[in-house]
Amino acid sequence: MATAWLRFLLGRLAGTAVVLLVLSFGIYCLVYLAPGSVEHTLLGNRPATEETRAAIRAQYHLDDPLLVQYWNWLAGALHGDLGTSIRSGEPVDVAISSRATLTLQLSTLGTLFALLLGIPAGIAAALRRGRAADQGIVVLSVAGLSAPPFAVGLLLLGLLAVKLGWFPVYGAGDGGLDRWWHLVLPATALAIGGAGLLVRFTRTSLVRELDQDYVVFARARGLGGVRVLRYALRNCAVPILTATGLVLTSILVGSVLVEVVFALPGLGSLLVDSVTFKDVPVVQGVALLLTILIALVNLAVDAAYAAADPRVSLVRRKR
Amino acid sequence: MSALCVDVRGLRVRMPGADGADRVLVSGVDLALAPGESLAIVGESGSGKSLTARSLLALLPAGLVAEGHVEVAGTLISDPRLARPLHGRRIALLMQDPFTMLNPLRRVGAQLADGMPRAVRRDRRRRREEVARRLEEVGLSPEVADRYPIQLSGGMRQRVGIAAALVSDPEVLVADEPTTALDVTTQREILRLVRRIQHDRGMSFVMITHDLRVAFSMCERVMVMYAGRMLEVGPTAQIQAEPRHPYTAALLDAEPPVDERLASLPAPPGSVPAHDEVADRCPFADRCAHVTTVCTAGPPPLLEVGAGHVSACARIRELGPLRRDRGEAAAPPAPVSAGDRALLRVTGLGKSFHGAAAPALDAVDLLVARGETVGLVGESGSGKTTLARCVVGLETPTAGTIELSGRTFSSWDDLDGGEARRLRGVVQMVFQDPYSSLHPVRSVGATLADSLAAFGRPHGASDVAALLELVGLTPAHARRRPAALSGGERQRVAIARALAPEPELLVCDESVSALDVSVQAQVLDLLARLVRELDMALLFVTHDLAVVRQATQRVYVLRGGRCVEAGSTSQVLDAPTHPYTQELLDAVPREDRNWLS
Repeated sequence: MATAWLRFLLGRLAGTAVVLLVLSFGIYCLVYLAPGSVEHTLLGNRPATEETRAAIRAQYHLDDPLLVQYWNWLAGALHGDLGTSIRSGEPVDVAISSRATLTLQLSTLGTLFALLLGIPAGIAAALRRGRAADQGIVVLSVAGLSAPPFAVGLLLLGLLAVKLGWFPVYGAGDGGLDRWWHLVLPATALAIGGAGLLVRFTRTSLVRELDQDYVVFARARGLGGVRVLRYALRNCAVPILTATGLVLTSILVGSVLVEVVFALPGLGSLLVDSVTFKDVPVVQGVALLLTILIALVNLAVDAAYAAADPRVSLVRRKR
Repeated sequence: MSALCVDVRGLRVRMPGADGADRVLVSGVDLALAPGESLAIVGESGSGKSLTARSLLALLPAGLVAEGHVEVAGTLISDPRLARPLHGRRIALLMQDPFTMLNPLRRVGAQLADGMPRAVRRDRRRRREEVARRLEEVGLSPEVADRYPIQLSGGMRQRVGIAAALVSDPEVLVADEPTTALDVTTQREILRLVRRIQHDRGMSFVMITHDLRVAFSMCERVMVMYAGRMLEVGPTAQIQAEPRHPYTAALLDAEPPVDERLASLPAPPGSVPAHDEVADRCPFADRCAHVTTVCTAGPPPLLEVGAGHVSACARIRELGPLRRDRGEAAAPPAPVSAGDRALLRVTGLGKSFHGAAAPALDAVDLLVARGETVGLVGESGSGKTTLARCVVGLETPTAGTIELSGRTFSSWDDLDGGEARRLRGVVQMVFQDPYSSLHPVRSVGATLADSLAAFGRPHGASDVAALLELVGLTPAHARRRPAALSGGERQRVAIARALAPEPELLVCDESVSALDVSVQAQVLDLLARLVRELDMALLFVTHDLAVVRQATQRVYVLRGGRCVEAGSTSQVLDAPTHPYTQELLDAVPREDRNWLS
């Protein structure tokens, strides 16, 4: 059993490494192809003479072919050196770690909101299948699924922050409780879509489970409603875990634009700014971090399957 | 009234539709059960027997409504909510499929404990003792409590199911086809167990079954249902000796005997109609040999034909006692053909699945001569289906050779494209479940035309019509989709599809075991006719020795991937030499109560 787990983990790690490699090269090419010039950023306020330009090009190896530039970055990255930001001159790992906490807080809160909203609503809909409450919840979940998070963010901002003044309009607050208070609106904006997805997954799987023989048999044995529901919900764990994984990753990705909308200094706004200025080392660093986070989420979901269902064996699934 | 455990009068089950268009599924069912009494409700699919049973617990599938007087243990269930306090404590339900009846994610002990009183549940030691005691009653050891259902065999799961159903000591046990999903030898064990527990506890017992033999051996009274209506109710001994409804007699006759080969199985034509199609007359009229205008004039009343014995046949008084007609015995099957006419010769075939402890097949030899009918008998895990799938190329053997139509190979993967195509035309397969083996959205005609075209045969409408007529269907069936057909019709279509390339060998994998007994008899007769007329060989995979007796000339008995006995069917079944064959023969349900003792 233990060796099977180890093999599974090693396989996953190798897969993730390949994804990281392909992705980093792809991003390098895309940023290279995008319009705009790095020299311009680097020049700043200095006069744009031929000499200063040439000096900058030489310092940052901008005249090397694309593959050589990528190789240089990769060699550095493999030695733990992600380079320095072209824009601010600060090391990339420092730039990222100073921003990552906020994004992780935002994503965690958003996922929590999505779970707290989506799963109970899905259960309620399944228990009232076909009735008005069910139809209402389903319509709302479709609306939530189809609304882009940054648009929901703007709506919440306009209504609850600007018009009613209940929530702060922008910024990350002064730490502590104030920080979380500032994150409520952006987290809600991120959670709406995920909640919609969770409603659908929970409702569909619970409706299916409630029709199963073992539920009828449990009722016929005189088990109470709560216990019967627990039987059925336990058997919905796998689809709900799948949806939770999807929600977590979509929230991580969605935070990019939502952070911009709410002027939050997290990874998302760092990424957007860096792309605008063709700050390749930072873009690479953030993208790789997000990839690793998403790979970890998927790994956690797969491990949770095995915990939730004795029939799922990772060894068997691999074969 | 209080002397009865169960008192049902005028039960009706309907499905309310949009704009008031209701469908009625069951009507006019009366049922009374005294304490300790046992009743079997017998019928084919669509008879309403399961809905009647579920109505006793007010646990109908979603969308169905029960009406009428339903009283259980002195409580009138006028609303499904009123039944809840009765569940488990007064009346319990044992379901058909032990593989789906238990919560797959909960250990056996925890599931049993869930039905126990709070005081027992909370006290760890008492809980463990109580669980062990309940497991012991159904013949399981206490260690089973720590297992998950998936770690148990079908028979063990059904024992756990029985223990779970009885955990609150109900007065009435309703068992819905409790052994249909099990192997024959396991079926006998489980039926014995249920009967012993019922006697020991003095419980009332309602058993739903499609098998009259099982009903006779288990219960004191029998109710026969058809198309949602009651046709006959009476004491077991009377119905067994002298059925007083033509349908009951037909049902008994259609059951293939295991001790004798019949020239043809007497089966009523057609299949079970829907309740609403025949609401205004005798539901069996269209298939009945004794039908007159009286039968279609209106719904026949229930007539008293003996002590506690009623029949819904309007003509029963003039017909008198119905003789049971076993059909004519057939001439002994033709002698086994010589080996030089071999069509299929399997030598030393083995198959091991990755990660399995024992091989599924272990050095099996098999011979099918041209035009010969051969049976392959065994229980689940015997390797019979694996062998059949290796023969048609759905499974790759790991040892041995297959010789088919003069070509020898170790697996279908070794054949080149042209050779494989030719051999696919030589051997074709009919699967068990006609509900999943036909493409659901393609019409029957399109499916058959595809099969004809796949073998480069003409596939116009007339060719499809010819195939349909060959299996006893009409050209009009070509336009229908599988969902619009009955189970028997679907299996005929599946057979027609297999016949498209005019195969020399037809492999039938449990092809009649999902069918109702009257339909099974029809399909067995169809296969016998096809073998005769098309000079085809037949390899029939089945668990049912009676089917083997009727359908085959020679038989191989498989157990755990090995062949334990082979020979001519009459020889093997009349004088088995291997104890396992004898065990299988003993496990075939018989009508007498001694079968279970």
